[in-house]
Amino acid sequence: MNAQESLKRRARWRVPEIVFWLVAFGALFAPAGKHLLLNEIAILALFALSLDLILGYAGIISLGHAAFFGAGAYAAGIFCKLATPDPTAGLVVAIVAAGALGLATSLLVLRGSDLTRLMVTLAVALVLHEVANALPEWTGGADGLQGMTVGPLLGTFDFDLYGRTAYAYSLAILFVLFLLARRVVRSPFGLSLTAIRRNPLRAAALGVPVHRRLIAAYTLAAAYAGAAGALLAQTTGYVSLDVLEFQRSADVLLTLIIGGVGWLYGGIAGAIAFKILQDVLSSSSPQFWMFWMGIFLVVLALVGRERLAGGVRGLFARMARQ
Amino acid sequence: MSVPVSALETQGLAKRFGGLVATNDVSFRLEKGARHALIGPNGAGKTTFINLLTGVLSPSAGRVLLGGEDITRLKPEARVRRGLVRTFQINQLFADLTPLETLALAVGERLGEGTVWHRPVGGNALAREVDEVAARFGLADVLDMRTDTLPYGKQRLLEIAVAFAWAPRVLLLDEPAAGVPAAERQDILDAIAALPADVAVLLIEHDMGLVFDFAQRISVLVEGALLTEGTPAEIAADRRVKAVYLGEAAHG
Repeated sequence: MNAQESLKRRARWRVPEIVFWLVAFGALFAPAGKHLLLNEIAILALFALSLDLILGYAGIISLGHAAFFGAGAYAAGIFCKLATPDPTAGLVVAIVAAGALGLATSLLVLRGSDLTRLMVTLAVALVLHEVANALPEWTGGADGLQGMTVGPLLGTFDFDLYGRTAYAYSLAILFVLFLLARRVVRSPFGLSLTAIRRNPLRAAALGVPVHRRLIAAYTLAAAYAGAAGALLAQTTGYVSLDVLEFQRSADVLLTLIIGGVGWLYGGIAGAIAFKILQDVLSSSSPQFWMFWMGIFLVVLALVGRERLAGGVRGLFARMARQ
Repeated sequence: MSVPVSALETQGLAKRFGGLVATNDVSFRLEKGARHALIGPNGAGKTTFINLLTGVLSPSAGRVLLGGEDITRLKPEARVRRGLVRTFQINQLFADLTPLETLALAVGERLGEGTVWHRPVGGNALAREVDEVAARFGLADVLDMRTDTLPYGKQRLLEIAVAFAWAPRVLLLDEPAAGVPAAERQDILDAIAALPADVAVLLIEHDMGLVFDFAQRISVLVEGALLTEGTPAEIAADRRVKAVYLGEAAHG
């Protein structure tokens, strides 16, 4: 086995991956009823994928990732009201806006320990939340951004009540951005991030410019989070302050931890588990669903994800390494 | 000036941590293609000196020159890019990556592909170089294994190989054979002996057998300052060196 063949094998698609995407797209044709939930799952999955890019690959822990989600949501909402209702244009604007915010704040997370990063990212999100609250003429403040009328997708498909168009839109964006992320983490750039996460000093001793790579990764992840925020704003036609709330940052971190950090599918697996649990628990015990969610998380932490998932993920990961 | 340009040089290099002088006015020359060893008792400041050379620490005073060019203010990765590469004494390899990935990282960075994001790690030039380096250091058979599952001797060879993958002008070897079982030791000595003649090698080592086998010149660092420098024969005969170093080694 020489290096050329081994490197090629590293980038190959595995069967379970292909099956997963076929099922996800197949769900578009399922009878109406669950597409609103599926849309929420796709958006949360994209948001968690974004966090995985910095936490799982670059090793930057964040408790304020909602800053970029919220920035994307407000950018898409305001752009829709002021410029054009076309969702694709709004999505691009949101990605650029959140990416720019990521680039600007990336300098804050370059140095320091994990604890410093937790505090700094948390603080950035808090500041942004207050800014949004203090600018009601732009954001609607505590009342939320109202009067957003999102145009048809690609000028053709109207967003319907059952969420089928919404799910198709969110899933397509998730898929495209997932493909891009998959490419990025297997690229030379991605390999250098992997090395930085394990040991930044060692990576520098191998000639990796650590700071520049971290800035690029953080900016990319922020742009992804902005896309997720824009999808939420456009498919619900509404933006409220909770897009920037701490709860959202905490939820996405939980989602990613449930699904597993550092293998790209963790965000998707976590989003499916988190949203379905939330859906089941909140319909069976509307007042206590958070209680059961908490119990589940404690069990997950004690028993371990691999055993709880019946080794499914382990199997998946083994196949991914082959 | 008729003095030839050195491969690596320090001029009046000093590092103070508060009141502690860890490196004291060290002026040191490593000639092109040299086989040079740096020895000194524990706490002599060898590690601080390496960190100053590689840019992990910045000096309180003095300069570092690489091929005559002042690199004192450059970051570690910029020095690597100019051909000053080190190995690590304690194993700091990426445990869950494979030797293939580790070597591809170093070769990729050298080929300027580190910012490439749109295609997988690979390509003919990179794969060929990885294969060459792997063959040179006896790693061809283990390229796809997790690094932390390799025999320790292979891990030490990978440590040297990944530094070598940068095609260095100056290679700093920090105790390359430390902790390696006797059976695997010869592979490492052979690999070091087979390094190309145009690479200047500075060996930082405790093992006197290895030092006297390998080095054409030896510098002795004591309490942060250069005590003396000379050929192995001169160092072996130097009574001050015996007193501070060899004497200590004989007792300990």
